Amino acid sequence: MGKPKVGIFGFTGCGGCQLEILNLEDQLLDLVSAVDIVHFTEAITEHSDDYEIALIEGSITTEHDVERIEKIGSIANVIVAVGACAVSGGLNCLKNLYGTQKAAELVYGDKKDWIDTIEVKPVDAYLKVDHYSRGCPPNRFEIVDIVRSLLLGRQPEIPNYPVCVECKRNGNTCVYELGMTCLGPISRAGCDSRCPNSASGCEACRGVIENPNVNAQKDLLAEHGLTVKDIMSQFNLYNACKGKNIE
Amino acid sequence: MTDNSKEVSVMPDSINIEVAPVSRVEGHGDLVLNIKDKKIEKLIFRIPESPRFFEAMLVGRNWDEPSHITSRICGICSVAHTYASVKATEAAMGIQPSDFILKLRRLIFHHEMVQSNVLHVYFLAAPDFLGVGSVIPLVKTHPEVVNIALRLKKMANDMVRIIGGRAVHPIRTVVGGFTKLPTEEEMYKMKDMLKAAYKDLETSLAVLKTLDIPDFERETEYISLAQPDEYALYDGTIKSTDGWEIDSQDYLDKIKEKVVKHSTGKHCWANRDAYMVGALSRFNNNYEKLSDNAKSYAKELGLQAPCYNTFMNNIAQFVEIVHSVDDSIRLIDELLEDGMDENKRMVDFKIQPGRGVGAVEAPRGLLIHDYTYNSEGKVDKANLIIPTNMNYGNVERDMQALVPDIIDKPEDEIRLACEMMIRAYDPCISCSTHFLNVKLINK
Ligand code: SF4
Ligand code: SF4
Ligand code: SF4
Repeated sequence: MGKPKVGIFGFTGCGGCQLEILNLEDQLLDLVSAVDIVHFTEAITEHSDDYEIALIEGSITTEHDVERIEKIGSIANVIVAVGACAVSGGLNCLKNLYGTQKAAELVYGDKKDWIDTIEVKPVDAYLKVDHYSRGCPPNRFEIVDIVRSLLLGRQPEIPNYPVCVECKRNGNTCVYELGMTCLGPISRAGCDSRCPNSASGCEACRGVIENPNVNAQKDLLAEHGLTVKDIMSQFNLYNACKGKNIE
Repeated sequence: MTDNSKEVSVMPDSINIEVAPVSRVEGHGDLVLNIKDKKIEKLIFRIPESPRFFEAMLVGRNWDEPSHITSRICGICSVAHTYASVKATEAAMGIQPSDFILKLRRLIFHHEMVQSNVLHVYFLAAPDFLGVGSVIPLVKTHPEVVNIALRLKKMANDMVRIIGGRAVHPIRTVVGGFTKLPTEEEMYKMKDMLKAAYKDLETSLAVLKTLDIPDFERETEYISLAQPDEYALYDGTIKSTDGWEIDSQDYLDKIKEKVVKHSTGKHCWANRDAYMVGALSRFNNNYEKLSDNAKSYAKELGLQAPCYNTFMNNIAQFVEIVHSVDDSIRLIDELLEDGMDENKRMVDFKIQPGRGVGAVEAPRGLLIHDYTYNSEGKVDKANLIIPTNMNYGNVERDMQALVPDIIDKPEDEIRLACEMMIRAYDPCISCSTHFLNVKLINK
């Protein structure tokens, strides 16, 4: 049996997700030998329209993006959205908050009509996404785990509990004690609580857990006089787009 | 250059070279080159990269968010954006970080530069010079080069992880200082990692000496930061080889921008119609401040200031890696001498309205953030000047100079030379890997 062919594609984003794949340093050569990377926007010059698995970085923000994503959807059997931009629209959605036309005018002035730009949407607004690797940037080991699971035909295990669980496991001082705010009680774990590990509040780049009203660390919030609703309102940095993943 | 160079090729009257990303599906950067009667009829360097609108995204955001937002402009230079942003905010609010904080910032700053320079020199440029298509075949033909690259890259990324909390989009690097400091033990560990890199640098030197760098010369305006006492990366005045030097907050006096039709990136100019930023500009403006060791590497590789060969940008990037490793060891020694004490991680500050400019050297060159804050500490206005944009005009002019010299060569060679030229600029990693699918139409 041949190795599965994988394409890694960049849409509107910062390239950081693809860079995290390159940053696998120690595992990179193993990954390259386990699958056949036929397309990798950021790293290789070879390219192909023949792949089974598509890893997609970035949001869909132009008409041209729409054409490209539809083509990928017609070729790949498995779609993995990698990173907040692809999963939920990520930070790019701040453009929607500001207003697409207004943003074009602010940046390009009277030349704004030269610019191809539409409302920012995540990948699953256009294609059925099979797996999500959340985060900005995503956890590179989780990307490997998703690919490995695909090779072994099992479901990757993506946490559906709050970042607080990882944070406590890591023995951090809660940043609320340090006078900061943190979205950890409602954010989906899987990043090993990276921000609180650095004495910084979680900004929910991995999105929110399913059923935050049931699953959130409500006790912790109550201790600091907060409710789930209070902190949900601070939730727009990486999650300002409306989409399946963030409702 | 290529293996068919001995074939005699009969040139048609007119050729069109369209170096465009994958069958017009992938969209990052194209070069369109039409030659007729051995003259360039049309030459366009086109960036159909999706526009992001960061200037709009910043409006109304709280003072502690812009560095997190703008770091997402570019994953590969997220530390540079973070610090251009942090410095703009600090300048706007009159915040003065301590010497200790500034040293630690310079240390992390070096390693994004190293990481990016390694990726570019070894993964993107080396395959060209070693005559293989890209890094994947390089794994087979030159495994030692790939292994060195991976080791150096990991070293640099680990440095950024230790100091910044994450390799891409650092966490700890905030307005006023750091949210958390590395421990003394981590400082010693970093020093060991740096020392271990010298062997790989020496081996790389031997490999780089064998490369055949194309002969090309076109003098242009080279712009970078400059400092009297250091190789300017984190801070400095803005200096040009055309003889002007200004305070970075006055950048608008010299640097002009315009929207051009074929590109979502704006074109920039200063003294002339185009200028260059990046490693070669830094080298030309700051050569004297390199470490002695870096100077001797430059000498061995035939790189002398001023250098007008764009292809030597890659060599300048390598020389900078050497300098960064040397300078990092110095910084670690000084920081250890100061003592790693969590109480030093932040300075006190007040939120105030005002305008501030932050200028740094990103791996690809001068980067400027300019913010105006209102009295609530929210952004009213933001202006960002991105290095890749600054180079567009210069790329086109280099092409105009390069192509006539090689116009009699086989089409393949013209194409490869153009691609290498663009890659020498390292326009940004996703652009630079995609000047590869060449559509050649003979009229
Ligand atoms: S998710 Fe974050 S790291 Fe990935 S492309 Fe978007 S901004 Fe960059
Ligand atoms: S609120 Fe934040 S810092 Fe506190 S325990 Fe939860 S994740 Fe950790
Ligand atoms: S702690 Fe929160 S913001 Fe930080 S990486 Fe994890 S999910 Fe993202």
